[in-house]
Formats: sequence, C-alpha cells, structure tokens
Amino acid sequence: MWEYTDKVKEHFLHPHNVGEVENPDGQAEVGSIACGDALKLTFKLDENKRIKEAKFKTFGCASAIATSSALTDIIKGMTLEEALKVTNQDIAEYLGGLPQEKMHCSVMGKQALEKAIENYKGAPSIEPGAKIICECFGVTDKEIERAIRENNLTTVEEVTNYTKAGGGCGNCHEAIQQIIETLRNETKVPAAPKLTNLQKIRMIEETIEREIRPSLKHDGGDIDLVDVVGNRVIVATRGACATCKASDITLKHFVEHRLRELVSSDIVVEEVAK
Amino acid sequence: MKTIYLDNNATTQVAPEVLEVMLPYFSELYGNPSSMHSFGGQVARKIQIAREQAADLIGASPEEIVFTSCGTESDNAAIRSALATRPERKHIIISRVEHPAVRMLCASLASAGYRITELPVDKNGLLDLENLAENMTPDTAVVSLMWGNNETGVIFPVEEAAAMAHGRGILFHTDAVQSTGKIPINLQESAIDMLSISGHKLHAPKGIGVLYVRKGSKFSPFLIGGHQERGRRGGTENTPGIIGLGKACELAAKNMERENTEVKKLRDKLERELLKKVPQSRVNGAAVQRLPNTTNISFEFVEGEAILLLMNELGICASSGSACTSGSLQPSHVLRAMGVPFTMAHGSIRFSLSVYNTEAEIDFVIEHMPAIIDRLRGMSPYWTSSAQACSNN
Repeated sequence: MWEYTDKVKEHFLHPHNVGEVENPDGQAEVGSIACGDALKLTFKLDENKRIKEAKFKTFGCASAIATSSALTDIIKGMTLEEALKVTNQDIAEYLGGLPQEKMHCSVMGKQALEKAIENYKGAPSIEPGAKIICECFGVTDKEIERAIRENNLTTVEEVTNYTKAGGGCGNCHEAIQQIIETLRNETKVPAAPKLTNLQKIRMIEETIEREIRPSLKHDGGDIDLVDVVGNRVIVATRGACATCKASDITLKHFVEHRLRELVSSDIVVEEVAK
Repeated sequence: MKTIYLDNNATTQVAPEVLEVMLPYFSELYGNPSSMHSFGGQVARKIQIAREQAADLIGASPEEIVFTSCGTESDNAAIRSALATRPERKHIIISRVEHPAVRMLCASLASAGYRITELPVDKNGLLDLENLAENMTPDTAVVSLMWGNNETGVIFPVEEAAAMAHGRGILFHTDAVQSTGKIPINLQESAIDMLSISGHKLHAPKGIGVLYVRKGSKFSPFLIGGHQERGRRGGTENTPGIIGLGKACELAAKNMERENTEVKKLRDKLERELLKKVPQSRVNGAAVQRLPNTTNISFEFVEGEAILLLMNELGICASSGSACTSGSLQPSHVLRAMGVPFTMAHGSIRFSLSVYNTEAEIDFVIEHMPAIIDRLRGMSPYWTSSAQACSNN
C-alpha cells in the first residue's frame, strides 16, 4: 500500500473542481489511457486576466486525482505568469509530499498547466526542437531535461518515477542515461575540491579494499583500480566478474554506489576496455 | 468498520483450528525434532503426522513431501534441482503468465546462459498444448507451468502437460500454490514430478510451504545444511508452521466440496451482478477452466488503484492488475499476455473468496461497487465521450 499523506487522501476522496469549464479560455489534455493516467485541464480568466475558474477531469490513480485537484486549487486567482512559475514540486509540497514512484503525477499536472496556457496564447502545443525519447509514453528530451533540472535527478529510475520515461520497454534507458550525464557535466560546479587528488585516490583504494573487494571475492570475482581521472574511477574486473554478464550492473549499483557514499558523490565508475 | 476480505489469493486468514494446534509449539513444546531425547522426539512425531496430512491432500506419499519456507522457495528449489540433476540440458519452458517466483528466477537463469521459452496464452488465458509439444526439445530440462493462475484463476491442463513432458524424458514442475485445496489433486495418478504449495494461501500461516518431489526422482537440495527433510532441505524445521500446515491441509480436504459449491456460488453471484449493474465491464479469464473462488473484472475507463482505495473506505479488500498498484508503469503481465486492452487492464479488480465469506458480504459489495465506479467515471476524461459514442450506436 502507498504511504499517502492525509492531504492526498483528502483531495482524492473529496476532490475540488472536478469537471470542465464552459467556454474555457485555455485547455489541454495530457497523458493517455494506455499509460494509465490522463488529465484534462480547462480554465477561464477574469477581467484582470487572473484565473477565475479551473477544472479537471482525470483518469488515474489516487495521487493523479489528488494532484489534479491540488493544481486547480493552487492556480485559482493567479495570473498566467504566476501560474507558469508553479513547479511539480510546488504541487507535491501542497499535498505534503508524494511517494517517489508517484512524482510523475505532479509532473503531469505541471505539463497540463503549461499546455493549457500555451493553448490560451495560441502557441504550438509541441515544444519546438523537442524529440521523443520514450516511445512507450511519448516523453520528449525537453520534458526529461526539465524534470532532471527541477528535481536534481541522478538515475534513470528516478527519471522514470518523475516522467514515466523508460517505464515501458526500456529501450530508451541508454538515451536517458546520456541526458543525465550531459546535464551533470553542464551543471558541475567548479568548487574547490575538498580532497587533493592524492587523498582522493588513497580513499578510493581503501574503500575498494575494505568495502568492495571482500564481497566480490565472495562471489569468485575481483576488482583492480586502474586509474582515477577527475571524478572517473577506472577499474578492471577479474575472476568471475570479468566473464559475468551482470558485472556492469555490479559496477553501477554496487561499486559506484559505495564509492559515491564513502568518497565523493560525483564519482563515475568505468570499466577499462577488455 | 467491518472488514470484507475478498483478497484470498494474496493471503488467507489462519483457520482458528490451525492456530490452536500450533500454539503449544511456540511455548512448552519447543523441542528440536532432531534431538535424541523424547522431549524433541515428540515434536518429530507431530511433524510426521503433518507430513501425512499434506500428502493426503494431494494424493502423495509422506516421504514425497519436503517442507520449505514458502511457495517461492519451493519453485526455486524445484527448477534449480531439475537443472542440477540434468546438467547437460540448458532449456526451460514456462508460460508468460507464471508467478514472479518462476518468471524472475528464469530471467536470472537466462542471464546465466539458459534458454527460456515462455509459452503464450490466448485471450481467455488458456494454454495451447500443441504449442508446448512443438517447443520441447532434447535439450529441455524442465517444463514449469502453474496449475491455477493467481490473477485470473485460470486453470492450466498440467496433468496432460506433465504426461507430454514425461513422454519425452523431460521433468515437469507445477506451481500449485493457488489450486491446492480448491480443486482435487491426485499425484499418484499423474506424471507431475514436482509441485509447490504455500501454506498461507490455504489458511495456514505465512512462512511455510511444501515441495512435493516424486519418489525415486533425483533431487539436488536448494538449502544445504543438516540432514533435515532427508537431506533435501537443510535447516531446523519450522515446527509450529509445519504442524499448522498439516492441520490446514486436513481442513482443506474437508472444505474442498464447499469451495466448489458454496464459495463458487458466491463468486458467480458477485460476478454476474457486477457485470449486470456496471456497464462496460468484463471478466478476464476463461469461464469454465477457472478456480472456484476467483473472478477478475475490468471496469473500463477507470483506474484500479483509485477503485481499490474507494473500496478500502468501505472496508472491502481486493487487488488490482493496474500499473499504479504494482509500482511499475505497466499493467499486469498476465493481462497483457492475454491481450486485454490497456483501457480494460488498468481498471482490473481481482476478487478472491474463501469459505469464510458470507452472502451478506457479497451483497454489500454488489450494492456499493456500482457507485464507486460511477464516481470515478464521473471524473474520467474518457468516460463522457465513450458513453456518448455508445448511445449513438
């Protein structure tokens, strides 16, 4: 069972603003019945160009309904400029938080809002220059990038939780990983390193020796540190690991995870070419 | 608020009779059945009785019963043993609708170099035995097909499938976790080599299971340790669990008739009335070849998690094959294998009954479900347009 806040339950059981505004000034439909949730948002402006009325119709789970209800509450009374500044985080916070796996519901709310405002302004509904990355759920690179920036996402799994991208066939996992890495390099702050390079290498060596090698050896494998270039830790796998098809998973999920935890959060583990 | 529990394929209530026989083994009768003294030995004798009770339910001999910790362990032990005892064979046949205990194990075996064939099912969830015949090769080590499906209740013809596998010298395992106690099983008259049972699906507690291993067949243990279970499963016995499971098996044999009359009648009433009262709803799974306690109904244009949470407000417990309830983004692999359209799969609800359900409970559900679906459809952007489309026809 999901851990929903009381506010989410309240908005699910007694949603506000269900329905469709008559003769709306702006409207949008996002999501689809195939992906399991969809939201139709309609709004009307008053004479001061503030949102007077906003209504929703949602197909989806409890949190999809609750976020739609919250969204309409939040934007009522706002100017369109103010409404555009509402982020998916704001929607989630309004509800006292959402489970990680349900963050895509808040992103859906944000998308519907943007599209409805674009519709009012008569702008094209598809972002210019955007490319579909996830074919299963029709998620574009722009949407993925925005979710990564606004929520500081670092893994494909997190991107899936927030945008649904990668949640179907999984063919786009590599492309999502690339977007994550591109953004990570972009946003890297050249802050003064806390460790000297030598100290860092020593720490990496120690961590591999103490925390990583014993458990790999337990499974008949082994690992050697080959080089450290900036945040890239280059290793070679030995023994059972060298022939194991799952060794890249071990490297990412275990070795890299452990090094990030114990040495530095920006470490990327790479395997030396075999 | 009273709980109406219609989620018995997830887990069941421990029968009061079962709990009663278990209690002494948590307190005064704590002896180790392997001990030399009679304080432990008396527990060993009780385990022997439980072994006979479990064997009786499935038409087996007591020495063919291996107690395990759960259905998943039984499934893992069976398939791994089949591979270990036939090391030259590298092919496994399962179906696309197996429980994760089998599917995920096979996915992991696939990455270790085994070839896995997943047999498809038709729109009613049924298996084509000719397709099984075509896929068996001299390299096939084991065929593992579930007896009754946990999500739809659809029954596979495992006895015929086992005979076909045997004819080709291939081992046959079945996950009978859902079917044990609900339909008659007689292993003496079948070619099934291994069969998995889970205690908590038949009114025993969680943490106890059975693997049936046919007499005379080679077996390679999954848990290696002491000589318990004749060396087929190391580890000190879960004595209260085993003794409780024995009692539950005895009760299940007695209740089998009720499952197929009283429970089936309530299930049929629930299904019939919901389909009648809720437009654009349908049953997922074959009508006849189905466990007597299960119905899986899709309500189009609404989402399963939302339905479950509104049912929860009334104390009604069931489950859903929708994507949102699983934490993944795709609806149930079983419904997808059957080609259930996404519009239907997301709104699927599984009701699974037991002998403890009453007609008053079923009437309550029949009375309240239509309003729940209406309420959600009222919020759904798809409902109005679809309803209009229908009235235009």
